[in-house]
Amino acid sequence: MKKILQIENVALTYQTLTDEITAINDLSFDCNDGEFLSIIGPSGCGKTTILSLIAGLIKHTSGKILIDEKPINIKNNDMGYMLQKDQLFPWRTIEKNVYLPLEIKRKLSDENKNYALSLLEKYGLKDFVKKYPSQLSGGMRQRVALIRTLVSNPKILLLDEPFSALDYQTRLAVCDDVYKIIKAERKTAVLVTHDISEALSMSDIIIVLSDRPAKVKSIHHPNLNGDTPLRKRESENFGFWFEKIWKELN
Amino acid sequence: MKKQKTFSTHHALFVKKVRNENILVWFLRFFILIALLGFWELFAYVGLIDSFITSSPSIIVKTIINLFANDNLLYHVGITLYETILGFLIASALGYIIALILWWSERLRRILEPYIVVLNSLPKIALGPLIIIWFGSGSKAIIFMAILIGIIVAIITMLNGFLEADDGKILLLKSMGANKFQILIKLIIPGSTATLISMLKINVGMAWIGSIMGEYLVSRAGLGYLIVYGGQVFKLDLVMASTVVLCILATLMYAVVAMLEKTIIKYKN
Repeated sequence: MKKILQIENVALTYQTLTDEITAINDLSFDCNDGEFLSIIGPSGCGKTTILSLIAGLIKHTSGKILIDEKPINIKNNDMGYMLQKDQLFPWRTIEKNVYLPLEIKRKLSDENKNYALSLLEKYGLKDFVKKYPSQLSGGMRQRVALIRTLVSNPKILLLDEPFSALDYQTRLAVCDDVYKIIKAERKTAVLVTHDISEALSMSDIIIVLSDRPAKVKSIHHPNLNGDTPLRKRESENFGFWFEKIWKELN
Repeated sequence: MKKQKTFSTHHALFVKKVRNENILVWFLRFFILIALLGFWELFAYVGLIDSFITSSPSIIVKTIINLFANDNLLYHVGITLYETILGFLIASALGYIIALILWWSERLRRILEPYIVVLNSLPKIALGPLIIIWFGSGSKAIIFMAILIGIIVAIITMLNGFLEADDGKILLLKSMGANKFQILIKLIIPGSTATLISMLKINVGMAWIGSIMGEYLVSRAGLGYLIVYGGQVFKLDLVMASTVVLCILATLMYAVVAMLEKTIIKYKN
C-alpha cells in the first residue's frame, strides 16, 4: 500500500521569553492511503500541535514530514481540518459554508459546487442547503463541517477531537456518521483524541504518545470486529484493548 | 411544516398574562409623560412655578410653531442635521478604516496604543479654541468637533470587534491555505456586523454631542446655537423648544440605525 503520510524524526522547539520548550522530540510514524489513524496521549502532550505540523500551520524544527512523498506546502495543501467545534460561519447558509474552502482555494467552479451539493444530498442535508447553521442540531452541524472538509477533495483529513463538544448520545451517533462518510469517500484520516474507546472504535492504527516532549510510546493495530464504530465497541476484544492502552497511558 | 397544535387553557391564560403586562407597561409609560406635562402645565398656569424660568408645555408648543412659521426652525434644524450626519458618517467610516489597518498590523497597533488611550481619555471639548483657530467659526469647525468625538470610540469599538474573531475559525481558514486578506474578507468583516451596528448606535450619540458642543462654542446657526442664544437672552421658551426638537431628531436618527440593524442581521432569526 502507498504511504500517504510519513513523519520522520520530527522535533519542535518553541521559544518564550523565559524558556525554550521542546514540545515534540524525535517523532516518527507513517500512515497508508485509506487508513484511519488515531493519536492518543496524556493531555497537554502536544497532540494538536502534531496536527498543526501536518497541516503546515507550524514549521517543525527538524526532521521530515512528507505527504504523498512530497514535503508539505501550505499554499497548495491537500488537508481537510476538522476542529472541536464545527466552526460554521453563522452568517453563511449551509451551502455557502460548504463552499468556503473552494472560495479560499479559488476553485469555485460549477463542477466543484455541484460536487459539494451532491455530498450534502448524499449525506441527508439536502433540505438544509439554504438554512443557516443556527437552524441545525449539533450532530448535523458537525456533519456539515465534515462535508466542508471533503469538498476540496483532500488527501488527508485531520480531526482534532471533533466530537468532544457534543453530549454523549450525539457523540456516539456522530462518531458513527463521520466514520461511515470517511470510509465511503475512501479518505485517509488522522484523529487526535484523549478518549480511548473513541480511538479504538474508529481506528486501524493507534499511536500512543508519551508525556511532553511527545514521542511515540507504542503503535497498535487493534483490528476489532465490526464495520462501524458502534459495532466495534461491542466486539469481544474491545475490553482487552481498552485495558492495554489505558495502562500505557498511565 | 408547521403543525396545527391545540393548546390547554393554561396556555391561553399565560398569553393573556403576558399581554396584560405589556399593556400595563405601555399605559404607565404614557401616564408618566401625560402626568408630567399636565402637572407642569397646571403649576405654571396657577403660578405655583414661574413659567419665565421653567416655561410650560403650551408655551413650548407655541414657540415651536412660531419658529416653524418664521421659517427659522427648518433652517436651524437643517444646519444641525447636516453637521451631525456628516460628522457621524465621516467619524464612523474613518474609524472603521483605521480599525481595519490596526487589525492588519499588530506592530502598528502596539506602537499607537498609548496615543489612542490618551486621545480617548482627553475631553475633546478642550480642543475647542484650537479648532476655532484652525477651521474658523463655521460648520467646518463643528463637523470637525463631531468627528473628533466620534472617531476614537469608533476605532476602539471596531478594533475590539475585529480582534474578537474566533481563533478556531482563523485556524480553519489558515488550514485551507487562506492568506491574511482572505481572512479579513471572509471572516473579520462579515463576522463583526454586530459590532458595527453597536458602534453606529454609540456614534449617533457621539455625533450629537459633537455638533451641539461645537455649536455652543462657535456657531451662528443651528439648534445648539438657539439653545445658547436663548440662554443668554433669557428666552427659556426658546431653550426648551429647541431641546424638545433636538430630542425628537436624535431619537429618529437612532431609530434609523436600529432599522438598519434589522435589515443587516437576518441570519440571527
